[in-house]
Amino acid sequence: MTATAGSEREQLAYIAAKAADSRVNVELETEGMTLNIGPQHPATHGTLRIVAKLDGEQVISADPVMGYMHRGYEKLTEVRTYPQVTTLINRIDWLGSFANEVPFILAAEKLMEVEAPPRAVWIRTILFEMSRIANNLLGLGDMAAQLGAVTPVFYAFRDREYVLNQVEAVTGGRFHPNFDRIGGLKDDIPAGWIASTKDSMIKMRQAADELESLVFGNEIFTTRTRGIGIIPAEVALEYGMSGSNLRGSGVDWDLRRDSPWGLAYDQADWKVWTHPDGDSYSRAWVRLQEMREGTYIVDQLLDSLPSGPVMAKVPRIIKVPEGEAWVETENPLGAMGYYIVSKGDLVPFRVKIRSASFNNIAIVPWVLKGVYVPDIISILASLYFILGDIDR
Amino acid sequence: MADTDTATEEAEEAPATDEAREALLAELQERLGDAIIDSLIKPGDELWVRVSTEGWAEIADVLRHAMNFLYFDFVSAIDWMPSPFGREMDAEVDLVLAAAAGEAEEPEAPGEMEQGYAGGDTRFQVFGRVLDVTDLRGLIIKADVPESLEVPTWITSYPGAVWHEREVHEMYGISFAGNPDMRNLYLPGDFEGYPLRKDFPLLARRVKPWPGIVDVEGMPGDGDEEGVGDASATDESEAAQ
Amino acid sequence: MISSLSTVLSPVLAVEIPYWGQTSLRVLGGLVAILLPAGGLVYVYLFKMMSFMQSRLGPMEAGPYGSLQLLAEVGKFLQKEDIVPAKADRLVFLGAPFVVLISTFLLLLAVPFGPDAWFVDLDTGVYFAMAVSSVSVIGILMAGWGSSSKYSLLGGIRAAGQLVAYELPMILAVLGVVIQAGTLNMNEIVFAQANGEIFGFGGIGNPYILTQFVGFAVFLIAIQAELTQPPFDMPVAESELVAGYMTEYSGLRFLLFFIGEFATAGVFSAIAAVLFLGGWYVPFLEPEHNLYNVLGPLVLMAKIFGVAGLIFWFRFTYPRFREDQLQRLAWKFLIPIALVNIVITGVLKVVF
Repeated sequence: MTATAGSEREQLAYIAAKAADSRVNVELETEGMTLNIGPQHPATHGTLRIVAKLDGEQVISADPVMGYMHRGYEKLTEVRTYPQVTTLINRIDWLGSFANEVPFILAAEKLMEVEAPPRAVWIRTILFEMSRIANNLLGLGDMAAQLGAVTPVFYAFRDREYVLNQVEAVTGGRFHPNFDRIGGLKDDIPAGWIASTKDSMIKMRQAADELESLVFGNEIFTTRTRGIGIIPAEVALEYGMSGSNLRGSGVDWDLRRDSPWGLAYDQADWKVWTHPDGDSYSRAWVRLQEMREGTYIVDQLLDSLPSGPVMAKVPRIIKVPEGEAWVETENPLGAMGYYIVSKGDLVPFRVKIRSASFNNIAIVPWVLKGVYVPDIISILASLYFILGDIDR
Repeated sequence: MADTDTATEEAEEAPATDEAREALLAELQERLGDAIIDSLIKPGDELWVRVSTEGWAEIADVLRHAMNFLYFDFVSAIDWMPSPFGREMDAEVDLVLAAAAGEAEEPEAPGEMEQGYAGGDTRFQVFGRVLDVTDLRGLIIKADVPESLEVPTWITSYPGAVWHEREVHEMYGISFAGNPDMRNLYLPGDFEGYPLRKDFPLLARRVKPWPGIVDVEGMPGDGDEEGVGDASATDESEAAQ
Repeated sequence: MISSLSTVLSPVLAVEIPYWGQTSLRVLGGLVAILLPAGGLVYVYLFKMMSFMQSRLGPMEAGPYGSLQLLAEVGKFLQKEDIVPAKADRLVFLGAPFVVLISTFLLLLAVPFGPDAWFVDLDTGVYFAMAVSSVSVIGILMAGWGSSSKYSLLGGIRAAGQLVAYELPMILAVLGVVIQAGTLNMNEIVFAQANGEIFGFGGIGNPYILTQFVGFAVFLIAIQAELTQPPFDMPVAESELVAGYMTEYSGLRFLLFFIGEFATAGVFSAIAAVLFLGGWYVPFLEPEHNLYNVLGPLVLMAKIFGVAGLIFWFRFTYPRFREDQLQRLAWKFLIPIALVNIVITGVLKVVF
């Protein structure tokens, strides 16, 4: 549980500085208190439980307890055919469902050596990015709510509908599209969708601006998040954090740019945002920038959308040849990967689901040491996890 | 491999050989020597390295501290034993129970155990992945799990592995020497059995037979296309029966 | 001084009201003065303004535009079981909401509703109000401790620290007004504002918000903290402590806390209106006019809603401080400003 020597010193210095504030308590040798945060708690949006040992309001140790929502997807995938699996894995990160399907489908396509037609790849990327926009928007609104501002979360819910309506127009489902197929997509986009999506992207940019001024421009938000929950890049890496959380620690690594396998990200001109601070604020800030950047990616891909079919020729009954494949994509919450082992059967032999939040939240015992109770909430909110993505 | 239109560079760079991965493998072999038992390179895709059980922690240490592989991706395990319950997908009744009652045939005997890429000798294997995020290199490391079901831990090199190892422990019963925290992560503390092992029955399927593949019959209107696929599908017609 | 209500009502009803009648009338008046603004604030601000700010409609079904929603809520809460946790300190737990409510009623005593309408005419009204506003701390501590819940305990302790810290800036902010008016009697403060002049111009009187705007700002921030509303709602921080000291309450007792919160908001708004906005006085109508016996309470009500509007606007807009940041704000920022304000007021008082 120890980090490397350097970062441990940093952390100890941080704890010492915090402990200095509550020196009175230390001298009095107060008795510790164990506080169960969750599994039923308004802040853990789901059923995460954190067993926090407190001295006054200062956290001595925090131990997350998961499993209240464990659904055993890795076992269930072993008795489902490949097309059936997508229905299941939709429910992992339920706010960015389409993005869950993509790496699995890509891994299966890799094994089958099937290529999706360009149009399908483009639409896949667009939907992928739209799920990121919706997800990040809600994440930011939720973070504001966790910090006590009741209003932004309603704006987030309202504006998210613009994206969800577009997703629904294509896939028929707002939350669980189940739209991706091995070899392409279920359907083409409906008529008029490109124009309406561009409109909604303009609205999303307005939403991002509004959120920026409403939340990030607020002094109280700044004082609550700046310098809170600092995760140095080195620690973030060895805990396997990913997504906006990793880039909020200053690590310039984005699978969309660095490994655009099977998706059309290299066809758009966009920027990977990072923030050097590694605190709660920088994580949220990167999330906001990525949401805005996502709208530009969608716009560009809509402009360059190729024509053609959306489905390659694949057999009706999908049997995946024997082999192993690993595909990881940059999902809204971070890097999500599927390791598929196939025995040439109708069903996968083993599917390892590497979900982003599981790794992102593994840092919680490290980062919560020495903070105050209110900061537990702000740090957890800035890490932005989805329970389904942790428990799978 | 990659879509020619989407990842042109990637596709051009995917010849039969993959120099970057070859070099990485060579460097690992140089540093670790005999600990590397087997390896496999899929050009333009991935590098698989199988190490001995003792080398499992060593390779992590070398990668983390000597070779700039700072990013920890995941650790998991795999049970190579074929499921003793047969292909449950096709079962409209529970074959095991029905056979015991004399109402159905025994499920087809599971085949031989057959390890995947980079080979293997044991029923269980642990595998993990680490990355070098500056040079964008990555590899999948595998190791056999001996009869004692104990392998060295990775947490000295990658602290983030602690939860992954806990998960593997509860799901497969493989313990990690050196990891102090081997409590169950997801399952209740008094749970018996190891759910992800192949001989652990999926109870949902045992108590209520799965309908199996319900729509194999042709859909209206596309009867002509039944079973038509491209060259990569070799045996779909058998499966369609 | 005789009771205001009897003076108002005796000529109208043309009867001498006996003592028990006066008492009943006072109780009735107190309930009306507490519940009317409280219910109004809940409906106008919590149900409607907050909903509109959050781009939704709020309650629409009960009564026209959901105006009877509060009654429905009260009915709902009254039907709920009054649960006492097994390990709770029973008496303390059960008594806490009433102590909080008593504080609100006591606060109301000093507020004048018109030139002749008040409950008790206290010569030390401001002093009294500041003193009894602290009583609620006891109730909140009782609730926090008596619930035997860790969330309640944390909430109660936070509340105690916060309320004690914000007594001081509140009193200091009011001192400026007291110096300027030269009296502690609230009704006389209203008269002082009504008869006051600004640089020789007496047309609109001298509402102290003009000369004491620093005091008004500090007072508003302090009552925001006293009411434990965002950005100072750590004692009941929903996302941290579930509901703080109210976590274990249900049914009627929760309702008392809930109503108490809004009633206290109304009463504090009333005090702010009296001290800074001229109370029941409206410009261009001389304060001795008989019309104020009817108009005064209405004017005060309007001003209460104005001040409360500000309070609730902050409440729905801002995120929440951390307790140490809140203490820092009180001790390092508000108290020095209030002290400087007192010094300047005193100097100017002597000069002019």
